[in-house]
Amino acid sequence: MSPRKAPRPGLVLDVDASTPPVLFHHGESFKMEKLPVGRSRIIYPAEPLRGLENPNQAIIDALDNPIDADPLRAQLFPDMKLTIAFDDISLPLPPMRKPDVRQRIIEAVLDIAAEVGVDDVHIIAALALHRRMTEAELRHAVGDRVYDAFAPSGRLYNHDAEDPDGMTHLGETLHGEEVQISKRAVDSDLTVYVNINLVSMDGGHKSTATGLSGYTALRHHHNVDTMRKSTSFMDQENSELHTKNWRQGDVIRNAGVKIFQIETTINNNTFGETGPLSMLQKREWEWTGRDRAKFLALQGGLSYMTPSARRKAFHNWKAPYELTSVQAGEIEAVHKVTTANTYAQHLVPVEGQTDIMTMGLPYISPYNVNSVMNPILVAVLGLGYFFNLYKGKPLVRKGGVLIMSHPTPWDFNPVHHPSYIDFFEQVLAETTDPIEIEKKYEKQYAEDEWYRHLYRTSYAYHGVHPFYMWYWCAHALEHLGQTIIVGGEPKAVRRLGFRPASTLQDALEMATDTVGPQPTITHYHNPPMLMADVK
Amino acid sequence: MGYVSNYRTWVAKNLAGTDVPLVGKLRRPLQALPFPYTAPTVPQSVELPDCPTKTGTNFPTDWARSEPARMTRAVLIDTMVKPVMAGLAQPTKRGADRLSELDGPAIFAANHHSHLDTPLLLSALPTPWRHNVVIGAAADYFFGTRVTGALSALVIGAIPIDRTKVSRSSTDLARDLISEGWSLVVFPEGGRSPDGWGQPFRGGAAFIAERTNTPVVPVHIEGTGRILGKGNSLPSPSRTTITFGEPMACGEDEDVRSFNDRIEARVAELADEAMTDWWQAKKRSHEGTTPELTGPQTASWRRIWALDDERPSLGRSRKKVWPKG
Repeated sequence: MSPRKAPRPGLVLDVDASTPPVLFHHGESFKMEKLPVGRSRIIYPAEPLRGLENPNQAIIDALDNPIDADPLRAQLFPDMKLTIAFDDISLPLPPMRKPDVRQRIIEAVLDIAAEVGVDDVHIIAALALHRRMTEAELRHAVGDRVYDAFAPSGRLYNHDAEDPDGMTHLGETLHGEEVQISKRAVDSDLTVYVNINLVSMDGGHKSTATGLSGYTALRHHHNVDTMRKSTSFMDQENSELHTKNWRQGDVIRNAGVKIFQIETTINNNTFGETGPLSMLQKREWEWTGRDRAKFLALQGGLSYMTPSARRKAFHNWKAPYELTSVQAGEIEAVHKVTTANTYAQHLVPVEGQTDIMTMGLPYISPYNVNSVMNPILVAVLGLGYFFNLYKGKPLVRKGGVLIMSHPTPWDFNPVHHPSYIDFFEQVLAETTDPIEIEKKYEKQYAEDEWYRHLYRTSYAYHGVHPFYMWYWCAHALEHLGQTIIVGGEPKAVRRLGFRPASTLQDALEMATDTVGPQPTITHYHNPPMLMADVK
Repeated sequence: MGYVSNYRTWVAKNLAGTDVPLVGKLRRPLQALPFPYTAPTVPQSVELPDCPTKTGTNFPTDWARSEPARMTRAVLIDTMVKPVMAGLAQPTKRGADRLSELDGPAIFAANHHSHLDTPLLLSALPTPWRHNVVIGAAADYFFGTRVTGALSALVIGAIPIDRTKVSRSSTDLARDLISEGWSLVVFPEGGRSPDGWGQPFRGGAAFIAERTNTPVVPVHIEGTGRILGKGNSLPSPSRTTITFGEPMACGEDEDVRSFNDRIEARVAELADEAMTDWWQAKKRSHEGTTPELTGPQTASWRRIWALDDERPSLGRSRKKVWPKG
């Protein structure tokens, strides 16, 4: 449990002459930047909420006392088909320290299943069109006990959305959206879904309707029109993405697929309250001498490392996240509670929009765990995820400027992101317009046999995945007047359609072309995670 | 890596010159290092959480007002500080007679150009107050560590004052000390002048005076910036003038802000008096043409240029600020 007795809520700080330089994440490095006095503000995330005293008991309690559903034990019987699906490597970020929440829950579910005498159990990593998880990653997520008991016999595996025999078409929604999910889940007497809610976008019907689905169904909401109508996709009540997922969820339920949803929330303890990175989740004026020494040592050490060594060092970091809530039962009822618990950690009330939004992008995004953060992933982390971390209205005004800090190397992992390379070299070289990209190129990449082969047999993201990443940026691209990347590789930045700047001061100067002189500036001090509730 | 290379560049650039004393050259990089090399400053709108730190405004100074400490300080001031100041600053004291009617504790509010202002003022204060005074010193600067805090409290009788805002702890401490009969020296500018001109007065002295019904004695110190201005590390002897003004009280219908403005205006008149004479200063005061302490609001080079014209003509050689050579 967190030693802090009363975690403080998030903070909006008006920058004055006494405000020390503020931390910007910059890929596998950091920058300390001074923001203009009198017209800048910084949004700090809330401190980590206290973790549950006894997470294992809380999980058992949730399984025994589900919301709007019978207890799990009552839903199990000896000759049944039981499927346990769980969120993949993209959650949480960074990966959490052992034991992972998924391990705790899956072991608890299996304990009950064993007691009841269930033999036919499959465990599936619900990765949709993401890359397959490696053995080490699966072991980390579900634990060695589960892995050794199920993987060798082929009963623990990655979801394969391109397996012609492994997917079932369940019909269409009233709006004509096709619904297709894993055949094993459809054929099971019960599917238990194990979720980790890192941000408010996660969970609900999206877990099954997206996680266990494939291109046939995903294309109905992973498209430009849906993303532009999702304001934002982190705010379920105003998200077309969620509306469509919920409609698909209704079809799944009406088809008789029984799902027992287990959702969890974790706190903001991304870098630890002690340890080598603890200063990264402190407010700068509270840095002690030790924090400063650690930071300088970290920066000094990183400067002597190669990019790959730096990447390896950072990706070895496992966050000491703590479980703050666990709830089980009927999907929608569970998800309401989960969303409230997620907001309790992340929401920070903010008054009014800003002309310029600044953010430092860290080394990790959902799609480059143990991998390279290529330029497309830089774009989607800033314009997709961080930009959309708002409720109400965007933090930056219509026609405003987004300034991101990241080295943005022209570098790709050919195993994980083969279609990204071609997308960057061929598609973005021609146009950055999401509509045109969708119309002209999506089908070709989505149905490419080589990408399909790599997705199914190697560790590659699906051929269509870079398109989805670009669509994820569509709302921001339409909303913003200009995007600038500080410290990025100019060629790569320009390929994305953005403007490169050497320093933040240069970027702020460049931004005045769009927003005029003396603009207001808001810095998003993220991670740890925060979500702006903009009034 | 940015910080290390920036620092190296800075050191190479700043140690290359030949017109700065060696000690100054070595100290400059350390003084100029930004956060995180040095401790962070605290945004004005932020209340720090309770923490057990005993530095800054929490530094305990009670012991420095005990009899043995007072005796030690009195000996230090009379046997060391006064002679050193007499040699280094050759002070001319004006207007001490204006304090003849003053009885009891007072708040001495002075302009601030140099670290020498405190010892010089201590050595120039008339005896009823000299050994019964505490100095309001910047908590973040003088009380940043236990060693500097202890030395400041013992040698000059400093108490920690939060210069970023009017904080309750600083105000309560000052009020308690005044009620015990201690006088207070405050530099309302909040820090030394960065360019030779004064800075706008902050309201701390006026606020404490209003709350404690204590008179404020405006004081103008001229010349210490030439001896040891901000950014210099070795003193260069020169003449100084300390001018005391009439004690001032906060009017019954006067708010703190206007009282503070009045104190600042009075110190500006004393500055004018030190640079010209009492009569000229008086006339300009009545005409409303007293030069402002803060100087002309123009480009930095023009402020430096104009500063040279503001030097008092006391029959000694005048040193051009710029150009050199």
